[in-house]
Amino acid sequence: MSKGLPEARTDAAMSELVPEPRPKPAVPMKPVSINSNLLGYIGIDTIIEQMRKKTMKTGFDFNIMVVGQSGLGKSTLVNTLFKSQVSRKASSWNREEKIPKTVEIKAVGHVIEEGGVKMKLTVIDTPGFGDQINNENCWEPIEKYINEQYEKFLKEEVNIARKKRIPDTRVHCCLYFISPTGHSLRPLDLEFMKHLSKVVNIIPVIAKADTMTLEEKSEFKQRVRKELEVNGIEFYPQKEFDEDLEDKTENDKIRQESMPFAVVGSDKEYQVNGKRVLGRKTPWGIIEVENLNHCEFALLRDFVIRTHLQDLKEVTHNIHYETYRAKRLNDNGGLPPGEGLLGTVLPPVPATPCPTAE
Amino acid sequence: MDKEYVGFAALPNQLHRKSVKKGFDFTLMVAGESGLGKSTLINSLFLTNLYEDRQLPEASARLTQTLTIERRGVEIEEGGIKVKLTLVDTPGFGDSVDCSDCWLPVVRFIEEQFEQYLRDESGLNRKNIQDSRVHCCLYFISPFGRGLRPLDVAFLRAVHEKVNIIPVIGKADALMPKETQALKQRIRDQLKEEEINIYQFPDCDSDEDEDFKRQDAEMKESIPFAVVGSCEVVRDGGTRPVRGRRYSWGTVEVENPHHCDFLNLRRMLVQTHLQDLKEVTHDLLYEGYRARCLQSLARPGARDRASRSKLSRQSATEIPLPMLPLAETEKLIREKDEELRRMQEMLEKMQAQMQQSQTQGEQSEAL
Repeated sequence: MSKGLPEARTDAAMSELVPEPRPKPAVPMKPVSINSNLLGYIGIDTIIEQMRKKTMKTGFDFNIMVVGQSGLGKSTLVNTLFKSQVSRKASSWNREEKIPKTVEIKAVGHVIEEGGVKMKLTVIDTPGFGDQINNENCWEPIEKYINEQYEKFLKEEVNIARKKRIPDTRVHCCLYFISPTGHSLRPLDLEFMKHLSKVVNIIPVIAKADTMTLEEKSEFKQRVRKELEVNGIEFYPQKEFDEDLEDKTENDKIRQESMPFAVVGSDKEYQVNGKRVLGRKTPWGIIEVENLNHCEFALLRDFVIRTHLQDLKEVTHNIHYETYRAKRLNDNGGLPPGEGLLGTVLPPVPATPCPTAE
Repeated sequence: MDKEYVGFAALPNQLHRKSVKKGFDFTLMVAGESGLGKSTLINSLFLTNLYEDRQLPEASARLTQTLTIERRGVEIEEGGIKVKLTLVDTPGFGDSVDCSDCWLPVVRFIEEQFEQYLRDESGLNRKNIQDSRVHCCLYFISPFGRGLRPLDVAFLRAVHEKVNIIPVIGKADALMPKETQALKQRIRDQLKEEEINIYQFPDCDSDEDEDFKRQDAEMKESIPFAVVGSCEVVRDGGTRPVRGRRYSWGTVEVENPHHCDFLNLRRMLVQTHLQDLKEVTHDLLYEGYRARCLQSLARPGARDRASRSKLSRQSATEIPLPMLPLAETEKLIREKDEELRRMQEMLEKMQAQMQQSQTQGEQSEAL
């Protein structure tokens, strides 16, 4: 996770890896006495400000994918997360929405602005996942898409005349929606996460959590965590990528207590205690989306957007992408793709990546 | 003046007394994906704890699990009437990654019960026929989807001509009122589109009062029933205790008609239409099966092994027909066992009665 001073990086993508705009830090950036004549003060710490200004000008990309059976509230949740209609809901009852026969990949881009910072958000939807009678290998189109984005980036990177800022379409984060059965994970959930946790950051999320009482929720979460552990599935934040003790303690707490986040999404507002809140109104009460006593949406939002957004991108670039790149280079005999031996044609993008050293 | 009075108006009472003595048996099947609240609802409906010792398998175990059919029996007594309820469960349905044909064991099971009854009916000792036919199937639909899923449609189509289907939306407290209405409408539309015949609650008689008719119409409109089940009693801040689910934002009351259709389901399934479900099973569904069977039997050379395979090719879902009658002695033994058991019960009852009157007599002597 990026701290106050990021380490110097020499690769070309550095312009991408700027710290995300953070809320006002508790400690002032400059020493208390702003006296440039003070002995020993050079002024390097102003680099934060410079990088911040740069980010605000260039903006940054974030690509989030949502996977889960239809009807689990994926689009509503994404809209709630980013407080805008970034995902078109397929839930209109009047229209005849046919379940697609194979998994489709639909990527929609939006530019959101907040506090002078521009974010180019791409939401990648996967309709048709898990909806058929036979769902064997329904994760393959998703894996293929993710690898295709890595391939695109790789091709740009090895170009002689590179673009100043390589457009980043790689999937930074994959929200996997677990159905709130209250029993355990479904076999399909296990299969998907086993295959994809090695190529992309997966954040499991318990959808429509307003159907479970507090006890049921905590029991279910415990069972899910145990099942994921027993099956060797590493969801984000992965233990092996914790950089230091501070990271580890913070992430441990999230991994062992909060995740998977039990969320409720809504785009409707209701009046509660004189305030307008996002929620769901039932005959027995109003479920407030941002109330931590009701559901963990606020935790998910803070986690993905306010604290770990940059880290998600970094892990995608430094770990997942590098793994892909290494494999491709190895396959191609140590040469970058596009330049086969004696000018041979580049092998096609693999649908399924190699099993990483397990 | 007694000349006009024949006396058969007392016939319903006689029937009533006979059925009270005989008891009543009913077989209910529950089907649907796991995690939709089926077991909780059954426990709520019949105020039992049928699933106490159930072990839920983990996801990795369910990867290769095939569908099993489980039967649980419970005797419920209320107001002097004994009901022998058999519950048929289908764990594993819809769980695997590949659910193709996962409904076939269920279809086979239903038909096996018909076949058994057909054999019994055509046999020699018909006094004590055990009716193990499935009288009703509660099919649970997920509240998280957008109506019937492909698996739901496939299952319903496979069984709708063989069993009374009552569609039910499980865990309905996941939905807001508008969402519930929209989902119900969508399911109704889909059922019509796919030409699936669910159990038709019969129209009430024209001479019933307006109130009852209105109630009846309301109940019919709330199909599929959106239900919530609970076996926990919640005391909601001083008000009377209710069965419900307590959340941080409020408590869902299972028996509150504004919260869910549990009361409607219970009324229609248990209180008013139990008998009708049995009758439709016997008069319509079983007769259909019987007619199909006997027709294919009546074909020349039907008893031949070779033509039996021809039969099974033609009627893909029908199981090959056994020869009638079959295993007579086995059946006779079973029936005699049943009779013996009943006589033993009666004997015990009489003994207890005698004992009671004896002790009472001794007491009155001592005074």
